[in-house]
Amino acid sequence: MLILLAIGYCASALAPLLYKRFRENFGWITVTFPLFMFFGFLSRYPQIAAGEVIRESVPWVPSLGINASFLLDGLSLSFVLIITLIGAAVFLYAGAYMKRYAETGRFYVYIGIFMTSMLGLVLSDNMLLMFVFWELTGISSFLLIGFNHHKESSRKAALQALLVTGGGGLALLVGIILLYRVTGSFEISSFYDMNGVITTHVLYPAITVLVLVAAFTKSAQFPFHFWLPNAMEAPTPVSAYLHSATMVKAGVYLIARMNHEIGGTPLWQDTVLVAGASTMVLSALLAFKQTDLKKLLAYSTLSVLGTLVMLLGIGSKLAIKAFFIYLIAHSLYKGALFLVAGTLDHETGTRDAAELGGLRKRMPLTTLTAALASLSMMGIIPLVGFIGKETVYKSILELEYWGMFLIAAAVLANAFVVMVTLFVGFKPFWGETMETPRQPHEAPLKMLLGPALLAALGLLFGLLPNFFIATMLEQSVLSILSETLSLKITIWQGFNLVLLLSFLTLLIGGALYLIRSKMSEKVVRMTLPAFMRPSAWYEATLRGVLWFATVQTRLVQNGYLRNYIIVIVLTTVSLASLALYRSAGEIGFAPDFSITFYEGALVFIILVSTLLLVNSRSRLKSIVALGALGFSIGIIFVIYGAPDLGLTTFAIETLNVILFVLVLYKLPGFLKLSRSSNRGRDALIALSVGVLMTFTVLAASSFELSSGLKQYFAETSVPGGKGRNVVNVILVDFRAIDTLGEITVLAVAALGVVALLNLRSDGGGR
Amino acid sequence: MTFLLAVIVGVLYAAGTYLILRRSLVKVIFGLILLGHAANLMIFTVGRLTKGTPAFVPEGAEALVEPFADPLPQALILTAIVIGFGVQAFTIVLFKRTYQTLGTEDLDNMKSTDQLPEEKP
Amino acid sequence: MYSIILATASRYLLLLLLIFSVFLLLRGHNEPGGGFVGGLVAAAAYALYFIANGIQAAKTVVRFDPIRIIAVGLLTAIASALPSFVAGERFMTAFWVDTGIPFIGKVGTPLLFDLGIYFLVLGITLCIIFSLAEEERS
Repeated sequence: MLILLAIGYCASALAPLLYKRFRENFGWITVTFPLFMFFGFLSRYPQIAAGEVIRESVPWVPSLGINASFLLDGLSLSFVLIITLIGAAVFLYAGAYMKRYAETGRFYVYIGIFMTSMLGLVLSDNMLLMFVFWELTGISSFLLIGFNHHKESSRKAALQALLVTGGGGLALLVGIILLYRVTGSFEISSFYDMNGVITTHVLYPAITVLVLVAAFTKSAQFPFHFWLPNAMEAPTPVSAYLHSATMVKAGVYLIARMNHEIGGTPLWQDTVLVAGASTMVLSALLAFKQTDLKKLLAYSTLSVLGTLVMLLGIGSKLAIKAFFIYLIAHSLYKGALFLVAGTLDHETGTRDAAELGGLRKRMPLTTLTAALASLSMMGIIPLVGFIGKETVYKSILELEYWGMFLIAAAVLANAFVVMVTLFVGFKPFWGETMETPRQPHEAPLKMLLGPALLAALGLLFGLLPNFFIATMLEQSVLSILSETLSLKITIWQGFNLVLLLSFLTLLIGGALYLIRSKMSEKVVRMTLPAFMRPSAWYEATLRGVLWFATVQTRLVQNGYLRNYIIVIVLTTVSLASLALYRSAGEIGFAPDFSITFYEGALVFIILVSTLLLVNSRSRLKSIVALGALGFSIGIIFVIYGAPDLGLTTFAIETLNVILFVLVLYKLPGFLKLSRSSNRGRDALIALSVGVLMTFTVLAASSFELSSGLKQYFAETSVPGGKGRNVVNVILVDFRAIDTLGEITVLAVAALGVVALLNLRSDGGGR
Repeated sequence: MTFLLAVIVGVLYAAGTYLILRRSLVKVIFGLILLGHAANLMIFTVGRLTKGTPAFVPEGAEALVEPFADPLPQALILTAIVIGFGVQAFTIVLFKRTYQTLGTEDLDNMKSTDQLPEEKP
Repeated sequence: MYSIILATASRYLLLLLLIFSVFLLLRGHNEPGGGFVGGLVAAAAYALYFIANGIQAAKTVVRFDPIRIIAVGLLTAIASALPSFVAGERFMTAFWVDTGIPFIGKVGTPLLFDLGIYFLVLGITLCIIFSLAEEERS
């Protein structure tokens, strides 16, 4: 599986080259890639159906417990098949759809990376590996939403999606690490039996919250839902693929995957249930306002995601069964409908449901596809969507406490979904013909085949539910609940309460459609006050962060060199003083006070020239003082057994004077620039540094020096270094690498000088 | 002499710190030079003072005999002096260039040099 | 500030100082001196010549572009590490050959390294002084 994923990334990278070569038929070529994956994984179906779990592991960072380990069971196989199948439809579709975009090659790179990462996400057994793929899907989603990067709204939406899901990703990382603290492992399969350990641990609430935040942001659950409708800025194939069928299901997948390991507690189940149910209802209500085809679909997707999460929250066998059927049904019909919406946009030039109508004669095949998908979405017999909805209702009705409330919510939400379907799947095709910006034609084959295939599969699975889905279902339920469950799906269960509810849903949905069609635009434009909209919270947070960054930068980086220096100096002084003070007891100050006459004279020269340097306003005096200071220090070196240092100092001081004369000669005399209060403050700071350094030197020289190095160099210089000048032997032999580094620094400094002087700029500093 | 050198190190550090806090760039450069001297002298003093006996092995001998000055701090200081020279030359040239470009040596007038200049019509 | 005395003297001083700098370099392994001081003294010699005779004359006397001198110095220093590399010893392990010639005696890679330092320091100093002097003229 690792190799498969590696191939995926490599193939993505090659996409632009292939695109240049093939152009027209590129869609047909790219489709081979997801199809290859699809059939590759489908061939494992018999093994999975037999109850086997396939694991592969390659050590990555074994010392940290990070391995490239993969796990293929019923749950991951279902996701893999959905990802690759819809991937194939989208890849083919995009071959025609993306023609009007400039950077098609780049589009395929992004979407290829996305598909591979998504596969990696659902296949990972190691949680850190999964995190990496998790973030990779987020990044590719960012790139795809912002694909029209010249549009500001695209960039904004992309950033929003990245920040929200990326924030969730960080929560996931922390959650994973906490989980590691509890279980001592990153492998999901290794804490399969540790539910008891995890749920009773002190860290359990934190883990739950973190993992769920990650899942809710990724799957756009309330209150993080707002990024998904905005993400509709992406090209339609992206919306169809990432933002309805696959990436937004990653959060759902995470909850399903972790359900057995860390679920089962009231905290987990109730949080999931409430978040899912509220998303289901709220986003359905929000859909009422929309007329844009893609936004309508986006809100209905949100509602479905909410339903899926809610089902996981219910967590009964029936709910999990409903979860799976609904998941597959939704991926099929929503993928198809999104692509149909894209086709409409492509052919007519508008995406506004209010402006579309009567297209069935112009686009008969698209109409048929849309109708099939819509019927499934509305849950009409005999499509798979019907089974899905029936099972959902049934599993809700099983509940004791929440049942009546939730069933009302679900019926309401589904009624809105029906309304959306009527707008997207029927209104553009039936009724009176409307004028559109472009003359519509039937879509090309590439844009028909994908959605048609998905819609047809919806019908097939509806007619033959036990043929394929039931087996997958058994294994998947096993992965989530670890209970075997023999499932038989029947499409017709007679006239009962559930069927009645279905009728009711359709009825309300139809009524909503009529009301919405007649409604004036004014009501539609109504918005909630800002403080009630999570997207406004997001924007406020973003503004706050930017404001804080600005203020903070202005405060810390104020452009005054001396302020930086003061901070550094004062920190150093206070820390070092503290250390000195604490070890004051161990220091025996017994310095050598003896002094000869010429030493005294040298000290006097140094002090005078230093004072002169500080106070002088004359350049010449300063340079003379600097020279005198340097030479005095050189003489001290000579007196105390360091003739080499003395010589070097003398040579350098000589050159220094030349340098200064060359530069300072033409500059103005110094002015007193600072205010006297500043001078006083600086003098105090400087004094503290001076006192500290004096004491440091005294303290350091009061300790017994026990350096073996002195002796080592003294003894090995002649035998080992073949030189009697020990200092020089150290420089060129014992520590030659140091010296090499140092002369390299010198060379760089010289190059800097040349660059500064010779690269003339025209005065602008550029 | 250790005590006196410790005081001198302190004085040099104080003067250097004071000078790099000035607004005039030339003074800042002087301050850097003083700090360089101070650091060298500090290493030298902390490495113990040994009068008149440099670390040279007498001709014919195999090893040094005490007392002799510790050669290691000297080697460190030697490279520090030369590097200090290189850095100082760079600073001086940088200063010169800054002065030519900006026409000021007052650091307070250089607060916002990293911002792009206003577009002139 | 052209002075005929200084100009004449500087020609002799240049030679003398250069010889002195090489002397410092060579004896550096046993007596005070070495590549750093040697290079600085050589640079000071040229600096003196430049002060007496002007930048153009000084450049003519140096003959090579100071940047090239830097490069030669750095490469020489690195080349001194090659024997250790070839021999598979630790990086920059010293190698010595006894030439048997009086005054020179043993020759080894550290001497080569010192020579590299000499050229490098000379090149750097000249580079800085010449660049500044040229700036001044223009």
